[in-house]
Amino acid sequence: MDVKPILSALARHRIAAVLISLEIALACAVLCNAFFLVSNRLDMMRIDSGIDEASLATVSLSGCDGCEAADVNGRVLAALRTIPGVRAAGVANAVPFGQRAGDAGVTLDAEGQRFGGVPHFYAFAPGAIEALGLRPARGRAFAPGDFQHAENFLPKDSQVWITQALADHLWPGEEAIGREFWVSDYHFRVAGVLAHFARPNPGRSQNGAAGAEWSVVVPVSADSLLGTYVLRADPVDLPRVAKAAREAVIRTVPEAVFDERWSRPLPELRQDFFRQDRSMAWLLGGVIASMLLVTALGIVGLASFWVAQRTKQIGIRRALGATRGDILRYYQVENFLLATAGIALGMLLAYGGNLLLMKQFELARLPLGYLPAGAVLLWILGQCAVLGPALRAAAIPPVVATRSA
Amino acid sequence: MFAYYFDLALRSFRRNRVLTALMVLAIALGIGASMTTLTIFHVLSGDPIPQKSDRLFTPQLDPATMRGYTAGEEPEDQMTRYDAEALLKQKHGLRQAMMTGGSVAVEPQKSGLDPFYVDARYTSADFFAMFETPFLYGGGWTATEDQRRDRVVVIAKELNDKVFGGANSVGKTIRMNGAEMRVVGVLDKWRPAPKFYDVNSNRFGEPELAYIPFSTSRDLKLDRNGSMNCWDSSTSDDPEGETGVNAPCTWIQYWVELESPAKADEYLQYLRNYSDQQRANGRYERPTNVRLRNVMAWLDYQKVVPSDVRMQVWLAFGFLLVCLLNTVGLLLAKFLRRSSEIGVRRALGASRRAIFAQCLVEAGTVGLAGGLLGLGLAWLGLWGVRQQPTGFSDLIHLDVPMLATTFVIAIVASVLAGLVPAWQACQVTPAMQLKSQ
Repeated sequence: MDVKPILSALARHRIAAVLISLEIALACAVLCNAFFLVSNRLDMMRIDSGIDEASLATVSLSGCDGCEAADVNGRVLAALRTIPGVRAAGVANAVPFGQRAGDAGVTLDAEGQRFGGVPHFYAFAPGAIEALGLRPARGRAFAPGDFQHAENFLPKDSQVWITQALADHLWPGEEAIGREFWVSDYHFRVAGVLAHFARPNPGRSQNGAAGAEWSVVVPVSADSLLGTYVLRADPVDLPRVAKAAREAVIRTVPEAVFDERWSRPLPELRQDFFRQDRSMAWLLGGVIASMLLVTALGIVGLASFWVAQRTKQIGIRRALGATRGDILRYYQVENFLLATAGIALGMLLAYGGNLLLMKQFELARLPLGYLPAGAVLLWILGQCAVLGPALRAAAIPPVVATRSA
Repeated sequence: MFAYYFDLALRSFRRNRVLTALMVLAIALGIGASMTTLTIFHVLSGDPIPQKSDRLFTPQLDPATMRGYTAGEEPEDQMTRYDAEALLKQKHGLRQAMMTGGSVAVEPQKSGLDPFYVDARYTSADFFAMFETPFLYGGGWTATEDQRRDRVVVIAKELNDKVFGGANSVGKTIRMNGAEMRVVGVLDKWRPAPKFYDVNSNRFGEPELAYIPFSTSRDLKLDRNGSMNCWDSSTSDDPEGETGVNAPCTWIQYWVELESPAKADEYLQYLRNYSDQQRANGRYERPTNVRLRNVMAWLDYQKVVPSDVRMQVWLAFGFLLVCLLNTVGLLLAKFLRRSSEIGVRRALGASRRAIFAQCLVEAGTVGLAGGLLGLGLAWLGLWGVRQQPTGFSDLIHLDVPMLATTFVIAIVASVLAGLVPAWQACQVTPAMQLKSQ
């Protein structure tokens, strides 16, 4: 089909043509970025925490005045382990999607000159490691002697596990096992590498998505910790076991203040943690849908107007031998041309918008794959929107040409 | 004339119901989305203490060691206890207070009420006068109580209702962490949003329920919380550990009220002198690097408005722009479809200006209708936001300025959208239109 007559017809309606192209361009720019934001959220929500959440629950105390750690832990763990269905239980300082216990900046030298990043430090007693089912992908398991007593923060000198993500960040392309790092004068040596293990607040630390799995696991003796207990049970049993565990802890240590908020099965904590991301994803989805709707309505409105305005011309074309198909195709090609112009401009705008977002919100660069996807979506949208008016145009009988109006 | 054009506009809407509905709907969607996000932004970026936010400052000092020093970096956000106590003693501002967050176990003597934890603030006497906290009963304590480490407490209305049934509890005692504390004041409802004086935790949350002199809190070894940054672990010999006076840790928030914003330079110089003096004494290692930010600058520096919220504003205005372009297109179609009518009016003597005005009134009317519907959508959107557990949900309400903004944006936007179509419409040549009839 010859596009020349279409172009010269469009040239007579420059303003309307420019408007519809601009609308498509803007829609393309916002769509690509909104899609990218949604997919970022969804990726984060699908993060592999590295543990079998479905079979884990925590119970937490928010405070215990003058309590002896060894005594409270002993009573709590004994009570937890007698609950039917509990397979393992132990004391920890934090769990993924729970309360943060210790983010600390690490350095790769003892003098504190080479800054490495800010991972989260998990401190686990032997029972917690068993309950969480943590096993290093490479390196060695902890020996009983590795679980040292910690006076306040962590032991002064420990053998630790780190995640692959943290290893790749600290020593890119190199073997991490045996390497050392420091937090002021605390010294750590890597004994093993975990494939995955999320920090308590994946995606919300200062390193964002990149630091979601920057975790360090420090083995400590059970009497170094107090207040957060993790237990494992069959996933089917978990709600019942978690409830029984809460009751058992409240009964066993009446002098402590029980923490309702953080004493729950891990799937619930995860659900809660991502609630805001979920609503943001829905909101972005709503914006995308309304934008598509408004753009489609704009195309329908303008195409209908053109069809009404050109009724007589269409009649003449039909009378001169143009088929219904010719008329239909005319409007489809016209829309395709307008959409193409809009999309070309829209891609530039999308990229510019992304640069702006990157500057404002520390966002990643828009992957180029989003641009053709957005283009195809808008082409399809344009063709669907123009179909109605185009069919109406095709239905105009040739006899219209003979009427004087 | 305006009334006549308005009437014409209404008639034209009746003739083209679908097209008009589309335009109104598009504007309403755009306005609804932008007003929802803008209202959230407006609330979250608001001034928590408008009457004196330009006179309240938080100083920053750089007390860390040379370890990990990078020139030009921001100093610590919080203060060491040593510096805070030193500045407090020197009383260089009109009012000043040091403070930190914590939590205390309240042990009510009332039967049927178990011990419970409440968030507390350990601070010094000027806190109440400086932040103009409203009192229901009694008042704050004075520097004398700070010095004597008196066991006094100011409690919030909520705690007073829970423990004392809402009665005037001034002079009564309340047990906290095993200590008998004398109530000196009960705060009335006070909700600075954001909680500017401590942005470490729950930035839009409720203020603390109990206020205790900082000195007393150290005596009683009450639990503190919030962020703490230490650059050395040589605190093991200090019985108070990392909360000791000489601990190399920053964990205290410090605020100062000056007589006028103009005094800031002078106070900044005072901070520089203090910093120089500390380095001369061998306490500081780094070059003098001090900051003095007022409330709004501090909130901006701390990026208190969540990035999601700012992103939503951008997105919503992008959406509004798409909706407006859409409206421009549809108005153009609508006006040009009436070319013959316009031709007749022109032939009967209407000037171009009159046609232009008529078209703009029609566009503005569409904007007004879109604004009204958009307001409904925004109200619905904000209702939806309030159902979310975001920590600031209860703060989000449409206020009068935002209501006015909604209509201004809706009408200005649609009149702007009407400009091009109106201009096109008044270019219609009457002769051409009349001939083709």
